Amino acid sequence: MAITTKEVLICLHRMAEVLEANREYLTSLDAAIGDADHGINMDRGFKAVLAKLPSVEDKDAGTILKTVGVALVSTVGGAGGPLYGTAFMQAGMAVAGKYELEPQDVLAALDAALKGVVMRGKANLGDKTMVDAITPAVNAMRSALENGADLAEALEHAVAAAEQGMKDTIPMLARKGRASYLGERSIGHQDPGATSSYLIIKVMADVARELKAESKN
Amino acid sequence: MKKLINHPANVVKEELEGIALAYPDLVKVHFEPNFIYRADAPIPGKVVVISGGGSGHEPMHGGFVGGGMLDAACPGEVFTSPTPDQMLEAAKMVHGGAGVLYIVKNYTGDVMNFEMAADMARAEGIRVLNILIDDDVAVKDSLYTAGRRGTGTTVLAEKICGAAAERGYDLKRVADLCRRVNINGRSMGMALTPCTVPMAGKPTFELAEDEMEVGIGIHGEPGRERMKLKTADEITEMMALAIIEDPPYRRTVREWDEEKADWVEIELEDPPFQPGDPVLAFVNSMGGTPDIELPIVYRKLHEICTKKGLRIVRNLIGRYITSLEMQGVSITLLRMDDELIDLWDAPVKTPGLRWGM
Repeated sequence: MAITTKEVLICLHRMAEVLEANREYLTSLDAAIGDADHGINMDRGFKAVLAKLPSVEDKDAGTILKTVGVALVSTVGGAGGPLYGTAFMQAGMAVAGKYELEPQDVLAALDAALKGVVMRGKANLGDKTMVDAITPAVNAMRSALENGADLAEALEHAVAAAEQGMKDTIPMLARKGRASYLGERSIGHQDPGATSSYLIIKVMADVARELKAESKN
Repeated sequence: MKKLINHPANVVKEELEGIALAYPDLVKVHFEPNFIYRADAPIPGKVVVISGGGSGHEPMHGGFVGGGMLDAACPGEVFTSPTPDQMLEAAKMVHGGAGVLYIVKNYTGDVMNFEMAADMARAEGIRVLNILIDDDVAVKDSLYTAGRRGTGTTVLAEKICGAAAERGYDLKRVADLCRRVNINGRSMGMALTPCTVPMAGKPTFELAEDEMEVGIGIHGEPGRERMKLKTADEITEMMALAIIEDPPYRRTVREWDEEKADWVEIELEDPPFQPGDPVLAFVNSMGGTPDIELPIVYRKLHEICTKKGLRIVRNLIGRYITSLEMQGVSITLLRMDDELIDLWDAPVKTPGLRWGM
């Protein structure tokens, strides 16, 4: 099962909806250990993405994702802007020129996104950041594909791993970003960046599952 | 939330519209991307000094644009770093061919956005150096945190570097000067009340009537320690001693190496204060603390500095780097020398700081 740029666009629209719906939730998580703007910033960024999509909707997946990255970098601000912006730009470079994405291409895009976040933010696993949700997702998706899973199944594994990774940030001591200034007080709170990463990966899994269900009917 | 605004989403835009109307002789405002820049820019052959950060710290940074200080300032959303396109377009608008210094407060978002902007500007052939300000002694540990935050020393660095650029220092000298100001400056802040980001609508943290938060940054983030409220003298003493007795602070920062044409990690160490040091003492309101309380803090700070052998050779007292309506105060001490004193005294003409012209 491959996905086309049509599904990529559906994913992006859905991400915007999900981030809008979770604006207060993400912001309240950020208020506990950060500066109470993550949900607001992500919502503003994806609204800017929606405004840009019509100009690239007939282009390849790489161009679409790079456009998303540029829009996020120039509208989100904070740490989320460079991190998610770099993630989408790197994902776009991994699938440059492609109009259809095989499961391996989706994995390559997700892996490139992770590497971009690590390069930009220099966070390690366990620092209580986005990396703690995306890393297990990439690993779970890779091993699922190696074991013969299709795209929808592999993304189900990815989202389950991302969710666990997100929850695993709760007992962690933050070592990056504004939360790190709280020291021990950062313990007991779920990382907002890991949460938004989980929500974004969940959209990908939801769209892949719906596509699979449609193709069976 | 009670605020004198029209709509939370329009706060920054309408603030900038007002600034453009209020100070047309000093600054102009560019919208989308947003930045404030000197009305007389570009000045050929002059190094330009640009800063930026989240809004909500007024008058910093936009209020410090003008003669003898910043050439441009990039305001983000409230408490949110501005974006690379703002910083790039500001550099392109004001640079006079002699290079750009980005003064960057050490916050994860600001650092990443300014690094991306510097890379983009260099790709367009503009010489850019980034210097970090990380002066907040409330953050003890640089290994397991994002490092000390950029606070009060930022205002002093913007004044001193702006004066140096006006005098004709080249880019490397202005950058070296900025780094020198940073390692010689130390700050600490405290809050009596939290503040409310307009878009969030709720206070960023809760404080009981009899509590205060010590070691806050400038973004309404909680500090290191919550304690029972004390007197102004006790609070001042606690903060002043934390600054004066702060041991050498070592950390690694990323700077652009022009010879290697790459980002490099460099080690910096802040030397501790010594008896006999001449200092600039900066007492700053976090926004909501009224002017009547600041001299009370300065009075005690002066006493402690004298007792510790520090000579206050200059001071700055007022509201310069704020956290919206937060009540609280920050103290900054900057070790001075003849060159820094001379540059501090140089004329400055901005909406937020003005003397000598």
